[in-house]
Amino acid sequence: MIPPAPPPPPRSRAWSWRSQAFRGLCYQILTLVLLVLAISYLMSNTFANMRTRGIQSGFDFFLQPAGFAIGESLFEFDSAQGYWVAYLVGLSNTLRVALVGIVFATVLGTLIGIGRLSNNILLRGLCAVHVEVTRNIPLLLQLFMWYFVMTELLPSIEAPLQPMANVFFSKNGLQYPLPEWSAGHWGTVFGLLAGVLAWRAWVRRAVHQFETTGLYRPGRTHLTGVAMWLSLTVLGWLAGGAPGELSIPEVTEINVVGGGAVTPEYLTVLIGLSIYTSGYIAEVVRSGIQSVAYGQHEAAVALGLSRSAELRLVQLPQALRVIMPPLTSQYLNLIKNSSLAVAVGYPDLVSIGSTALNQTGRAIECIAVLMLCYLTLSLLTSAAMNLYNRRVRIRDR
Amino acid sequence: MSTNTHTPIIEFSKVNKWFGDFHVLRDIDLSVARGERIVVCGPSGSGKSTLIRCINRLEEHQTGRLTVEGVELSDDVQAIESVRRQVGMVFQQFNLFPHLTVLDNLTLAPMWVGKIPKAQAEERAMQQLQRVRIAEQAHKYPLQLSGGQQQRVAIARALCLTPKIMLFDEPTSALDPEMINEVLDVMVELANQGITMVCVTHEMGFARQVADRVIFMDEGQIVEQNTAAAFFDHPQNERTQDFLSKILAH
Amino acid sequence: MINPAVFIPIAARLPPSNAIGAWPWLRRHFFDSAANSFLTLLVLALLLFALPPLFNWAVLHAVVQADNAACRAAAGVGACWGVVAEKGRLILFGRYPYEEQWRPLIASALLVLLLVVSCLRFFWRPTLVLAWVVVFTVFYGLMKGDVAGLTPVDTDRWGGLPLTLLLSSVSLVVAFPLAILLALGRQSQLPAIRTLCVIFIEFVRGVPLISVLFMASFILPLLMPQGAKIDVLVRVLIGMTLFTAAYLAEVIRGGLQALPKGQMEAAHSLGLGYWQIQRKIVLPQALRLVVPAIVNTFIGAFKDTSLVTIVSLYDLTGAVQLALGDADWRKFFIEGQLFVAAIYFIACFAMSRYSQWLEGHLHTGTRRQ
Repeated sequence: MIPPAPPPPPRSRAWSWRSQAFRGLCYQILTLVLLVLAISYLMSNTFANMRTRGIQSGFDFFLQPAGFAIGESLFEFDSAQGYWVAYLVGLSNTLRVALVGIVFATVLGTLIGIGRLSNNILLRGLCAVHVEVTRNIPLLLQLFMWYFVMTELLPSIEAPLQPMANVFFSKNGLQYPLPEWSAGHWGTVFGLLAGVLAWRAWVRRAVHQFETTGLYRPGRTHLTGVAMWLSLTVLGWLAGGAPGELSIPEVTEINVVGGGAVTPEYLTVLIGLSIYTSGYIAEVVRSGIQSVAYGQHEAAVALGLSRSAELRLVQLPQALRVIMPPLTSQYLNLIKNSSLAVAVGYPDLVSIGSTALNQTGRAIECIAVLMLCYLTLSLLTSAAMNLYNRRVRIRDR
Repeated sequence: MSTNTHTPIIEFSKVNKWFGDFHVLRDIDLSVARGERIVVCGPSGSGKSTLIRCINRLEEHQTGRLTVEGVELSDDVQAIESVRRQVGMVFQQFNLFPHLTVLDNLTLAPMWVGKIPKAQAEERAMQQLQRVRIAEQAHKYPLQLSGGQQQRVAIARALCLTPKIMLFDEPTSALDPEMINEVLDVMVELANQGITMVCVTHEMGFARQVADRVIFMDEGQIVEQNTAAAFFDHPQNERTQDFLSKILAH
Repeated sequence: MINPAVFIPIAARLPPSNAIGAWPWLRRHFFDSAANSFLTLLVLALLLFALPPLFNWAVLHAVVQADNAACRAAAGVGACWGVVAEKGRLILFGRYPYEEQWRPLIASALLVLLLVVSCLRFFWRPTLVLAWVVVFTVFYGLMKGDVAGLTPVDTDRWGGLPLTLLLSSVSLVVAFPLAILLALGRQSQLPAIRTLCVIFIEFVRGVPLISVLFMASFILPLLMPQGAKIDVLVRVLIGMTLFTAAYLAEVIRGGLQALPKGQMEAAHSLGLGYWQIQRKIVLPQALRLVVPAIVNTFIGAFKDTSLVTIVSLYDLTGAVQLALGDADWRKFFIEGQLFVAAIYFIACFAMSRYSQWLEGHLHTGTRRQ
């Protein structure tokens, strides 16, 4: 029997210069003191300068009327509303372009990333060219180029392009038919949600059937699921009284009136951001797919798995775990890069912030709120990614 | 599908393979009988791994005939799939699927290829796990296990499809020394149960104990083949003698 | 069949002819499946549709002289490279006085030469640091003037290529020591220092560069003591330096973490102090590990300098927008933008190829020969 070990001796607290803990404490206190001194020096300068220039401080201006109009926004805004509403409009514009941009960039980037791994040299080369061109030219330059295309090459609104019936494309942007909202549309919304639930239940049933009998018919299962979703949506629409009012853009002598519209600035930022980020996403997807060890493919093949089963069950799950973290940081980059919209006149958060700054002169407050918004977006996205990572990480010792 | 116990289960006839311009398998003639246990050895680069990987079409041979269970291996996808259902393979790097539990690793192929219901697949999986004496790890993830445990899981995974032929590509080369024996014990048990085995390995003790025939390959050719006792005690070719002297030195 | 009899070695042969040669290669790579053949034909069709008209426009029918009338006549049919000839100096040198433009030319050439020289392993020795100091001083002297009889030129007239080069190289060079301190601080055992470094790095990485530039432009003057003025260029440089430092700190931290723990342990057991260990053992190895990533950060900084356009400094991107403000030449914006895009592309592509080459070759000193 081994006797229990004696308790460790108490730690001696020798407060001499030779103790590492003491030194560490000294350094930290020194650093903090220096920092506090520096900050107070800078702040005293700031207050002195602000007094000299007559700049006031304080966040109260947020409640005062903004006094400027905003080119486009999701909801009604007039110049009598407060600055904080203007900031909200800016935030909504940023999210509007960033979220759609994320979807487009992901789809395009994934296709190009997969294309770079193709056996076909022509396709591989074309995708490589896309990636190199979009990654080596600054985003701002790309935005300027797209902006010139939108505002110089497109015809003016008197003679717009008409790619489809009732869709008009001109220097004033894209105009398209937009369904008018009426109460009956709640039926459609309910139908949509019910359809999603029905689809989920159907897929669960198919999985259960597979587990109990080994029978798996992917084509039939998914087609039936989509059909259920569509039919329930249509049923909901009918139940709501089949509201069919569309606001259709009409060509008048010098204008196109009505319908939904997106401005050329929005299109510039959207297309520029999507194409720029798609180059980076393509590289992330490509390296994720290549990171799956070749032995996994060999094992799957030796077990007799078909190509689609192998992709779905072995390659994709592992590739996704490698792809997600850098993909999320590309999404973050896209959100931050949307701030360049100020250069082409799209009223995003930075643009509104800079207008407010010019009008009120309160640089610190305006920029601080701006940075706070972006920091919050970044932190939220990072937190979401960390949660996802922790859930799906490959467990090891 | 031949059920005649006298026709060979695997037959190589003047099989040649090139990697680009490199002639890796040269005019291979080999017959493996049903239930026979073969050990292939040789220096690295001799083509022994390529030889067994041709059997389940992980590598494609360019000329010659290769027949497995009466089915000739060619570009015909159906033929390849039917052969792969009969042949199980164990790799040097285990190649377990790290994102699935041990049990899911084993039930994947029976469910998705054999179309067997989940409950039945799991039952079969547990039987195989008990056979390799690792049933208690069924719900762990592969990277949580030691190398020897992972390789035993890999053997159980290959056995879940009830193959007629088991291929082993240097199964113990990536293991720490203290774990080699647990894997070799499983392979010896398997060998004694009548399955056809083709094993590439450097473990000469295992070969002596289990093999019906030992084949020595060098530079893409079969240099010498003999019964285990005759091979180790009286190697005929000087290349074989040279190789054995290096391997059996310690 | 056991055959321990005579063994005849077989010589190596070449593979059968239907596996080698041009036609089988083409078939294997382009037409081996229905989907592949379809893709090949689609891409070929696309190229045939797009490339000849592009070639016609860009080369055959293009107008090269700075002749507005000829350009207008060729509009739609041929490219107007005359816009480059006409506005080239404005694009390359910004609003720098016309007669003095030989000065930014020489300054840029010197800086580019220095950058290229710094990339070659042959020159990696302490005298390189001296060379950097000398070149920067000469650059500043040439551009600013007021010495050796050169007429003074204010910094807000600087623009175009020299400005881009200056901003990216100075911000990287000044950010480097700051980034090392931040990275070491983030790894530190002292909680206060670690927290401060983490806060700084995460803050700067979480906000867009444009907001940092705004902050530098508008808030830095307020931080100065009464009466002191701070140059626009210096403000922007400070902003860019802080931004680059945060990203560079993360890159260096990656290198620090990739270093085997045994290095620190061996150094401690030899009795070396903290700063000695960092200077002599940790940093040389960690930095060497991440040199390709540092080059990538430089490429990013080079592209990010385009944002100074938004705070009214006319770098290469801003200068071309300025040039296209001229109503006569505005129609030919594509050619102007393409010219600048080509400059950026060549520079960044060359640097990224260099970074990839580095990745392959940098470890030759650390592998067994």
